Amino acid sequence: MKSLAELQQLREKTLAKVNLRKEDDNSIRVVVGMATCGIAAGARPVMKSIMDEIEKRNIGNCYVTQTGCIGLCRLEPIVEVYLPGSEKITYVKMDAEKAVKIVNETLVNGKVVNEYTIGAAENK
Amino acid sequence: MVELSLHVLDIAQNSIKAGASLVEIEINENTVANTLVITITDNGCGMAPDFLKDVTNPFRTTRTTRKVGLGLSMFKSAAELTGGSFSIWSEQGKGTKVKAEFVHNSIDRQPIGDMAATITTVINANPSIDYVYKHSYNGNEFDFDTRQMREALGAEVNLSENDVLLWIDDYIKNETENIYGGAI
Repeated sequence: MKSLAELQQLREKTLAKVNLRKEDDNSIRVVVGMATCGIAAGARPVMKSIMDEIEKRNIGNCYVTQTGCIGLCRLEPIVEVYLPGSEKITYVKMDAEKAVKIVNETLVNGKVVNEYTIGAAENK
Repeated sequence: MVELSLHVLDIAQNSIKAGASLVEIEINENTVANTLVITITDNGCGMAPDFLKDVTNPFRTTRTTRKVGLGLSMFKSAAELTGGSFSIWSEQGKGTKVKAEFVHNSIDRQPIGDMAATITTVINANPSIDYVYKHSYNGNEFDFDTRQMREALGAEVNLSENDVLLWIDDYIKNETENIYGGAI
């Protein structure tokens, strides 16, 4: 394993963020579908892209988690965003670039990117 | 699936669903013997014998959204396509071990792909489970163990924290480069 000093640094850096988040209960939750269908459609790079962008923009109050198959395999990769106090937003047919846009528009600015939503995809 | 690491991610998700507390993923490459062996072992709930004997059949699945389950069948065919083999052992209450052997230089062998992303993704899927990842290439080997991570980070730091996952990603990428002799 890498040097212990580095892990110690990592521990301190992470703890600072955890403590900050404890005071702020309005966390955003991002859920990525990660079953066979999602993985095959490219969910893993989508999730990685979301996590990288969150780190780059230093968004503290945000969790990225996974779920199984929600039964809409033809629309995978699917990303659901739960903003505090508002309805769930379901984004479909995601890729790494669209994911970056979602972090910037929805997570940072609280705006829905209409063109990527399930509603837009189903009305085409 | 376009790379082997995506199959591994998919199979490891089965282990998580089986309630495992430890999942071990091992990749052994030997270019002299011309083999690439991937094993995924868990201590989850295992499978009943009559489910197991038919488990690579795509119409055999535990999922409830649909009657098709492709994970194991695709992994099996990826191995067999190279002239390799596939086996699965499972016992109820003990766990499951999936082993796929590939012909290393087969034109049909998919690249291993981004294993660092696969490992961080499974950790994020359920950070309370422990994961061991070992990769060896012609005798050069490294291993990663979440139990060591936990010890160093302490109980207050969850392994699913973004910073921790990015660190692990970086660590596995570096170590993988090292076993290949510094060049990928």
